[in-house]
Order: sequence, then structure tokens, then C-alpha cells
Amino acid sequence: MAIGRAHAISLLGLEGAVVEIEADISNNLPAFVLIGLPDAALGEARDRVRSAAGNSGLPLPSRKLTVNLSPAALPKHGSGFDLGIAMAALAADGQVSTESVARVVHLGELGLDGRLRPLAGILPAVLAAVRAGFGTVVVPAGNADEAALVPGVRVVPVVSLRDAAIWHGAELEPIPLEALMPAVPTAALDDSGDLADVIGNPDAVEAMQVAAAGGHHVYLLGPPGAGKTMLAARLPGLLPDLTAEQALEVASIRSLAGIPARGGLSTRPPLEAPHHTASAAAIVGGGSGVIRPGAAARAAHGVLFLDEAPEFAPAALDALRQPLESGVIAISRATATARFPARFQLVLAANPCPCGNAGSRDGDCRCTAMAVRRYLGRLSGPLLDRVDIRMDVHRITAGQLRASAELPRLSTAAARERILLARASAAERLRATPWRVNAHVAGSWLRSPVGAPARGATAALDRALERGGITMRGYDRVLRLAWTLSDLDGTSRPGADHIGRALYLRKAAR
Amino acid sequence: MAAKDELGARGERLAERHLLRRGLTLLDRNWRCPQGEIDLVLRDGDEVVFVEVKTRSSVAFGHPLEAITAAKLARLRRLARAWCEAHPGAGRIRIDAVAVIAPRDLPAVIEHLERVF
Repeated sequence: MAIGRAHAISLLGLEGAVVEIEADISNNLPAFVLIGLPDAALGEARDRVRSAAGNSGLPLPSRKLTVNLSPAALPKHGSGFDLGIAMAALAADGQVSTESVARVVHLGELGLDGRLRPLAGILPAVLAAVRAGFGTVVVPAGNADEAALVPGVRVVPVVSLRDAAIWHGAELEPIPLEALMPAVPTAALDDSGDLADVIGNPDAVEAMQVAAAGGHHVYLLGPPGAGKTMLAARLPGLLPDLTAEQALEVASIRSLAGIPARGGLSTRPPLEAPHHTASAAAIVGGGSGVIRPGAAARAAHGVLFLDEAPEFAPAALDALRQPLESGVIAISRATATARFPARFQLVLAANPCPCGNAGSRDGDCRCTAMAVRRYLGRLSGPLLDRVDIRMDVHRITAGQLRASAELPRLSTAAARERILLARASAAERLRATPWRVNAHVAGSWLRSPVGAPARGATAALDRALERGGITMRGYDRVLRLAWTLSDLDGTSRPGADHIGRALYLRKAAR
Repeated sequence: MAAKDELGARGERLAERHLLRRGLTLLDRNWRCPQGEIDLVLRDGDEVVFVEVKTRSSVAFGHPLEAITAAKLARLRRLARAWCEAHPGAGRIRIDAVAVIAPRDLPAVIEHLERVF
């Protein structure tokens, strides 16, 4: 009897490998043998496939069915192979066209009634299929929107196994069934607010714009109710639109995390705000079987906001040091290493002390000096060292609230225009380098003739270095901030004024 | 005789006739020993063939071949060994399965699988 062949995709992180599914029917007592390193969920495909085929009017023969997943040494996880296994088995039995099945990648989990369930991670899987040279992908109808985001591929959405078999040439009457749809995720932190909503704190508003223009990480320190969360939630709105490639990467990571792309590819940068009880695995990603992306990977090309940063577990915070440095998260397990992009902008927010009132004008702080030190000491030096902007945020007073009605406030749209111009001039200057934003530039470039500030402008900074007020690394960070301030002002090189303001942004918080 | 035994006996007769028509010669029918019973023992060339016959009147409760479990096959192998001890010089052996789907008042469908073990 003929051997049926189909293809599916095995995902490891965002990388996908093509898995060939072979099915052979031999004249022996009825059995369903699945070989090629399946995990428990995949091993159960045997029962799902047999029931689904029977209930779709395409019963598998009462013979021995051997299904082999190759490459045999690659561990395979999950239920996404069901459709491929079923099609290979039906092809081996001659119920559908063998050639047609072998040309196409099949993705989907089967229900016992023969309907296809949507999968997590359909976007990276379809991308991998295209990269491997396949032009057609059969996906569950519930994943059709997401699969269609990938350019250059023909997506065939099917509601049931019967529909898929008919597409491959089975002579059956279609039976209309209701398609199974993915669950709608619950809403996250709202990032649609406008910058003009922020009252007072002009320094912090300016600091957020500098952060957006230069890609700098931010540390906001202030009492409860000062507007730290409000400021952080407005940062994604200030960032430029994602490029098509970045948008696809962001959607792929979200797809892998089980958040389907709805209504097309979003070109807005994501905002992730994990709760402070999050574990290290929740932040960077993990899992023993399927390695899932954590909050830091989901925030790639966007903003990772850690509210109440000192309350996070030290291990979770320090796990961020690698992605902050390299822009990539590598999660290693015994069987494999998954890599996720993690070039995000970090926003840390903290109260100044356990009670939150230290240093504020309108509250009484009863914390001991030791308690305050211990509280802020939970943010490790190496982590804070990677944060360029440190900003105090204050509660607004009644006077400021009254005055705010007359004062002009910058809208997100206007601020973004200014930021786009600054980013464009930075990108133009850094054209010949691997960097695109000031925050990523290496120290050696800052001291080269093309990267150095205007002559004599660094006098104040040099003095601070001589006095030991800042380290050499801090010196470079001030220069990077000065470049961003200069870009925002439209000047060709940072002057003494820019250096002074950069020092303030760096040193404002205690 | 109970209805199910009658169906089984009919199935075994149908299976025997099918195999004899295919050129096998009958050695034993319903051979018994303390461990159980072999439905049919036949000779096919230089091989002794032990046959388990399974009969159903419909596939409403599954295909008859699905009723041949691993435990049943293991017992069949022990029985084959017992038969060989009782009949020295048997030579090569094999185990086959025959499914008979015999609906009332309709011609039966017979499926024969060779070397199921």
C-alpha cells in the first residue's frame, strides 16, 4: 500500500523546523503506532485522529497504521500535528490525493467531532513554512486571520477534517459546521491615553520624550499617586510605528504566547506591565516542554514597565540584565535552547520608601533611614547602571492643578512628531554604524571625532568625573542623553546646555 | 445454543471454507487443550497456520479485528506451542486472523490477515 506524506511545523521559540509525517498502512491487526519522539500531548493524537476521522465520515481502515515523525531525533511537542497526521493517514489509505497532501503544510489540533481547534503560535509556524519553501498552508479557520498576516503564502482555512479532505480531492459532500474560534484575551494595561492628560511634572514629561527619542531606559521615583503609571503608559504612544518586520516579530511572539493577532498586524509598539509577584520565568520566559516567551520577550520593540520595581523578586529583576545588554533572551533547557528577541525599553517605577512618602512635600514619612536604604537597595546596582534616565515625579499641588488649565500641554501626536524628527537625525548620523538610536551607541563612538560633543561643552562633566561624582560608564551615558537632547533641539552637536540637562536627567533621583 | 455461539460457529465454517478455497489444507478444527482452544489449524505449503476467527454481525460495536487484543494473541501463541508439543515435527508456524462480518440475511464479508504476530 502507498505511503502517505504530509508536513507540519515544530516550533522552538520563534524558530520553526519542518517535520515530515509519514503514514503507512500494513496488513496487520488494527493498531495506531506513533513514533518519532512525540511528547504526551502529541502521543494522544492517536485517539484524536482516529475518532475525528470516523466522525468526519472518513474512517481509518481496521489495519495497522504506523505514523513516523521525522527528523526522528527532534523532540516534538503539542497537538498541532493532528491535522498532518490525519491527512497522511488518509493519503496512505487512498481517501485523498497523496500528491496534494505532500505539497502542503498542515497545522491544527483536532477535536473528536472532526473540527479543528485554533493553535497558539500559528504566525511563527506559517513564517517557518514559508522560509522552508512551502507555498500553501492549511490552518484551522479560527487561525485564518493570523496566518494571512504572513506575506507570500496561500492560506487555506478549514473548519473540519472533512473540509480539509475535500480540499485534497476526497469525493464527499461538505457538511457546514461552526468554526471554533480562539479565546479572546483579557485587556491589559491601557496604553491609549494622551500625553496631554498628564498634569504637572513637566520635567518627567520631557524625560519621557527624551526616552522615546533616544531609546533610553527610565527609572521613575515618586510617592503613590504622583502619576508614574500614567507617564509610563504614555511611552508606547510616543514611540514611532513599528516596521513591517518588527510588527511581524511582535505578532509572532504574541501568537506564541496565545494572544492572537486580531484585525490585522498592529504597528504600534507593545506595552507589557507584569505584576510585581512575577517569577523570573514569567519575566524572561520558560517552560519545560514548549518554551514560552515571557513578559520581556512580549515587550520586544516596545515598553516593559515594572511598577513597584523594588517589590519584584531580585532574581526576576536580574534576569533582565542579559536582554538589556544583548537584546536577545536565550532560554536553555536540557533538550534545546530557544531564542527570543528582547530589544525593549525598560521603565522602572518605585516609591521612595516602604510608606511611599519619603521626600514628598505633603506627606509624613515614618520610615527609618535604614528601611529607606534597604527598600531602594533591592534594585541592584548593575540593573540601575543600565538605566540612563532617573527622574523624580511629584504629586501635583492644588495650585498646579488650577494653573494647569491655562498652561499649554503637549499632545502625544505633537510630541511624537518631534520625536520622529529627532530619531531621524540620529539614524542619519549613525547611518554607517550598526546602531539606530543613541541609547545603543558604544562608548568608543562617543569619543571618536564624529561622536564627540562640541569643543568645551563637556567641562561640567569632566569636573564631575574628576571629583568622582560619576563613573566612566556614567560619563558615556550622559553623553548619549546629551546627543538625544541635541537631536530633539535640532542642533548638530550637543553643547554645554545639553550636557547640563543630561546630567540632571541622569542624577535627578536619589 | 446461544445466538452468539451460533454466530461464532457460522463464522468459523465460513472462514474454513474461505481458507480451503485458497488452497490451505485442514489439520484441526476447534483443537482443545487445558489452556484453551484454537479455532482452526491448517497447512499452507510447509507452514502450519494457526487461525483465530472473529465474527460479528455488524461493525456497530467495532470491527471484529479490533477485538483481537494483545492478551488474546499471547494466549494464541501459547496454544500454538502446546499444539506443536502434541504434534512433533510441525516445522515453521505462523498465526493468522480472519474477520467475518456476517449480517443476518446478507452475504458475509471475510477478511484474512496473515502473520499478525
